[in-house]
Amino acid sequence: MKAHNAPAAMFRANEGMGLWEHRGKVAAVGIGHSPTARRWDGQPETSVGAISLLALRRAIEDAGVDPAAIDGLVLDPTTTTGAHWPKGRPVPAEMLNAFAATDDPLDGLAQLSAPWVLKNMPELSGVKFAMHGDGCMTRAICVAAQAVGDGLAHTCLVLKAWHNYAGRYGQGGASAGDALPGNVAIRALWGTPVCYGTALQFAEYCRKYGKRHEMMAPFMENSRRNGLLFPEGYWAQHRPEEITAEDYNAARWIAKPANLLDNDLPIMAAAAYLFTTADRARHMRQKPVYILGHASSRTRTRSMTATLDEVEADTARTARKLYEGAGISAADVSFENMYDGFTLFHQFHIEGLGYRGLKFGEALDFYQTDISIAGPNPVQPSGGNIGCGRTRFWMHTDCIQQLQGRAGRRQVTGVKPEVAVSGGPMPMGGDFMVWSATPG
Amino acid sequence: MKQGVAPDELTRPFWEAANAGRLVIQRCAACDRLQHPPSRRCGECRADTALEWRQMSGRGVIQNYAVVHDSPVRLLQADQPFNVAVIALEEDSDIQMYSHLPGTPVDEVPLGAAVEVIFEATANGQRVPEWRVVGAEA
Repeated sequence: MKAHNAPAAMFRANEGMGLWEHRGKVAAVGIGHSPTARRWDGQPETSVGAISLLALRRAIEDAGVDPAAIDGLVLDPTTTTGAHWPKGRPVPAEMLNAFAATDDPLDGLAQLSAPWVLKNMPELSGVKFAMHGDGCMTRAICVAAQAVGDGLAHTCLVLKAWHNYAGRYGQGGASAGDALPGNVAIRALWGTPVCYGTALQFAEYCRKYGKRHEMMAPFMENSRRNGLLFPEGYWAQHRPEEITAEDYNAARWIAKPANLLDNDLPIMAAAAYLFTTADRARHMRQKPVYILGHASSRTRTRSMTATLDEVEADTARTARKLYEGAGISAADVSFENMYDGFTLFHQFHIEGLGYRGLKFGEALDFYQTDISIAGPNPVQPSGGNIGCGRTRFWMHTDCIQQLQGRAGRRQVTGVKPEVAVSGGPMPMGGDFMVWSATPG
Repeated sequence: MKQGVAPDELTRPFWEAANAGRLVIQRCAACDRLQHPPSRRCGECRADTALEWRQMSGRGVIQNYAVVHDSPVRLLQADQPFNVAVIALEEDSDIQMYSHLPGTPVDEVPLGAAVEVIFEATANGQRVPEWRVVGAEA
């Protein structure tokens, strides 16, 4: 079975589209996570392919569904954290022996495809719809939600996985070379790390609103604290270390004003969800969590890097699209799990949403109040990438678990979990979800 | 030292102008709009037949900056930490270019200051537009 990238028409990227036509008619029921690792140890059973299959099987088991009854599969084929399989290096024989191969030997090793998954999960004998949502978990979720709503599948798995190899992030490939192609050089000659654009926006934010980098410390403490309560997360599994304000303020700069801890940690991990129709969900093992809407931003910056004005205009636009599609307002949101990898843009997301009435420039003061899971204003109860490692999916898992009432020690207690928002990655350019404990 | 540049079809006019000591930026004649980085289509009207290269004055202002302490680029790591500023062009303040601001001390960047273009050699001799604060010593 071939799988193509999702067409642009599956995403709700424009204002004025009205209520999502499938509002409350699509539900998440199953969740599956693989164990996490900092890097691949070279064994087939810990490859990105293997952990993907494990996450998928766990999601199926969690939902209590017969695998043969699943008719849809959506995944993000890109699995790199920034590490790439060296050109020309042969695929290890152990990998070739361990899995059924497609015609692309990097499938399961440094990327994924729906055909590779289906070849290696023969129990998924009923899949008739397969599509790629390339970019991150949120994009794949939008595709799966739209596909189930549109009737392209009635029971659909959604998968996102990451691989990470030895070596420092982003320092191989073109960065190690002596010359760059002309079109790349126009941006890359100045040697900026990936967080540079966010650092610029944060610097502008601080100047405009009179804020300081140190004001991010409570957000960092809260995120890691929440992450350590997430048993599926990297930090909980391998390095149960809290972040203190002193740790944060002493961290070395990467691109000042972004420091090391403002950057998330690349890891290996996979997560899968099982989506189905609201009608079918009622008969599955877990409490359904309904999707009220999804929205996307496809805004491009005018020139080299987004200005604060561009970012704020776009986050506000995203909020209007999201609320319009879901038929809610900011006042309906119980908690938020917007993206945090980089930490210095989380405030752009929640200010754009008007979470708890926030206006532009107010989030860092908000961080100085009670933003814990026990308080009335929970910020990122998942812990996000800072609390759990770079995957861009903790935010979604947490929304589903919180609304199902099975977030364990991480369960929010200061608010009744009814409606949640999650999504990203970037404030300008991303995909976003509204989840609900009821169909609305 | 910056990495060298291998001009491609799209950006060759930009790099050839830099070697000649001129700063050129892509302009869409159909909607009279500058754009940078270069693209095969106008980002506004999507025209692909009306793009031309227009010479700039080489003047601008410093719009923003960050200080890079941990660059992924091997050839620049010996120079860390270094400034990377965003320059807004005089002709259109929405058009930006990056600069190491040669001559400006690290983290002492005068935001809003006037800058002028200079051309600096990269590792393979290709020259690249850079920017210097007006009045600063070379």
